[in-house]
Amino acid sequence: MSADVPLLSLRAAFARQFLRHFKALMSSPADMANPLLFFFMVVTLFPLGLGPDPERLSTMAPGILWVVALLSSLMVSSKLFASDYEDGSLEQLAIAPYPLSVLVLGEVTAHWLATGFLLAVVSPLFGVMLGLPQHGLGVLCYSLLLGTVCLTLIGAMGSALTVSIRRGGLLMSLLIIPLNVPVLIFGTTAVSEAIIGGNPSTWLALLGGLAMGSLALVPLAISAALRVSLDN
Amino acid sequence: MSLLAAHDVEIERGDRRLLTGVSLTVEVGDIWQLVGANGVGKTSLLRALAGLARLGVTGDIEHDQQRLYLGHAPSLKKTLSPLDNLRCHPACDIVVADDVIFSALASVSLAGYEDRPVGSLSAGQQRRVALARLLLSPAPLWLLDEPFTALDASGCDWLDAQIRSHVSGGGAVVYTSHQPSRFGSLQQDIDLTCHVC
Amino acid sequence: MWTFIHKMGSPPWFFRFSGTVVKWLLPLTLVLLAVGAAWGLLVAPPDFRQGNSYRIIYIHVPAAVVALAGYYVMAFAGAVSLIWRIKMADVTMRAAAPVGAVLTAVALVTGAIWGKPTWGTWWVWDARITSMLILLFLYLGVVALFEAYENKTAAARACAVLSLVGTVNIPIIYKSVDWWYSLHQPASIKFTGESAIDSSMLYPLLLMIAAFYCLFAVTVLLNMRAELVWSHRESGWLQQLVRKA
Repeated sequence: MSADVPLLSLRAAFARQFLRHFKALMSSPADMANPLLFFFMVVTLFPLGLGPDPERLSTMAPGILWVVALLSSLMVSSKLFASDYEDGSLEQLAIAPYPLSVLVLGEVTAHWLATGFLLAVVSPLFGVMLGLPQHGLGVLCYSLLLGTVCLTLIGAMGSALTVSIRRGGLLMSLLIIPLNVPVLIFGTTAVSEAIIGGNPSTWLALLGGLAMGSLALVPLAISAALRVSLDN
Repeated sequence: MSLLAAHDVEIERGDRRLLTGVSLTVEVGDIWQLVGANGVGKTSLLRALAGLARLGVTGDIEHDQQRLYLGHAPSLKKTLSPLDNLRCHPACDIVVADDVIFSALASVSLAGYEDRPVGSLSAGQQRRVALARLLLSPAPLWLLDEPFTALDASGCDWLDAQIRSHVSGGGAVVYTSHQPSRFGSLQQDIDLTCHVC
Repeated sequence: MWTFIHKMGSPPWFFRFSGTVVKWLLPLTLVLLAVGAAWGLLVAPPDFRQGNSYRIIYIHVPAAVVALAGYYVMAFAGAVSLIWRIKMADVTMRAAAPVGAVLTAVALVTGAIWGKPTWGTWWVWDARITSMLILLFLYLGVVALFEAYENKTAAARACAVLSLVGTVNIPIIYKSVDWWYSLHQPASIKFTGESAIDSSMLYPLLLMIAAFYCLFAVTVLLNMRAELVWSHRESGWLQQLVRKA
């Protein structure tokens, strides 16, 4: 009986998971706006804490923007698989006759579009707030586009490892932060190079390499971690 | 060819061994009920049979690729409509046209509710959306965890009829329930209290 | 060799084997540590620039080297546990994590002690020390993850996944921190330079490194034995051994 049934192609299964998660995110716009508001407010804290001197702010701007982007990413990642775990969707994904890593990638892609991608696109606004020179804004956007791919993937892995633990959000941050150090360093250096008139392309290329590598390898870790969490 | 063959299955949780020596073969047309007191391990065993629990499960479990597992949680996204939830269900086994989904929702008395967010439905209605999967999935093997719980009388009758027509149409069902045997001579029981460590 | 590894997967066999190993490894470790420490701290000549305060490297460098190697041991044990489902590999990983964490902390503290007389500050954000700090976070993450899970078998698997991801990341982290440091520092100052080290100082250093490797092995084996005694406290083979002794 099962032989006659048309199963979905892998691409269709991926697309369905993407659509499911994307529609769910779109239907609660507050969930998408909150990380951006967080980004906005925390960026404002820095001039308040460091003083309004525009020259000092503009030298520190790449670091500040990237660190806050990392923190926003941590915030949204902790919720990534939580609802799926609670409502039983994770169990269904685990039994589905497709590689869990592909299905999970669909979900993570939808998540990235609604969080990291959005953040990268609006980041020039915050760059201007911190006095980032004009020629640095484009590189800021590119570096965040590539970097948030890594941040979202690694964040998803942290979420997958801690989803079965009560109050696992803080632990997740502890696990994720050391793994995100290279992305932070490459990202800030790219923007700093662009500001001083140097060539940011090596750093952007490194970010791109990290992003491609993460896309290839991290979904496997995420699916292994999800299966472990289901067993807890 | 059996739909599920389990041999000498042992289930451990952490350092505790829950069950030992469970064997089961599910053929087309079978109804199996896992019987036992609360906490004996019915859900753990069902999850192991579904292929969900891998840690702490020893023994051979072989099954068909396609099986439908209904756990306690409904696996529905509250902000999506029943239609969207069923169309993009994470089990990825619903490959039918939209009007088939509409008629399935109609047979669980949810006609007219297809486009509302699931979160706005009552608990009983949400349960029925989850059960609508039974009409839409082609999987021959059903693994149902306490499916009759939280269903009213007409719901139980509906589910009863679905199970009977499923097994007579080439499928099989394994379920857990607190209630005593519903299917009489049609079903076989495994009493897990004999397998407790 | 595979039969040997297979045998090690059985707790009673491992317990007996590790007992014999520890019997001679522990005294060897103590001897190596004593000789190396005496040589490095007393016999080796003082440094041209730093005088006698450089001697802390005889603890700092071995601790750092073994801490890094220890992470790979832990990740390797985790990989074995994930792929071949061997419980003893879980035990190895759980035993290695706190030992590695402590060694990293020792490396950081001795690095700070070295820094004070040499460059005037307790903490310096140079490439090696920053990488050591991140390694400490990676270790602490593994330990914290293990404690957070209720089901300890699942906990071991989760830690295996985490430490494998960490392993892949460590070279990238080290390299990126290296570049970060060289970009932000003026070229004239090199805090932890790769200056050629005189052989009279090199040999005691190598000896201490060997001693620390032995120390790591002994501590992990003792940890594993303690874990086995606790988890198998009710099984027959262990009670027999205790009765015999």
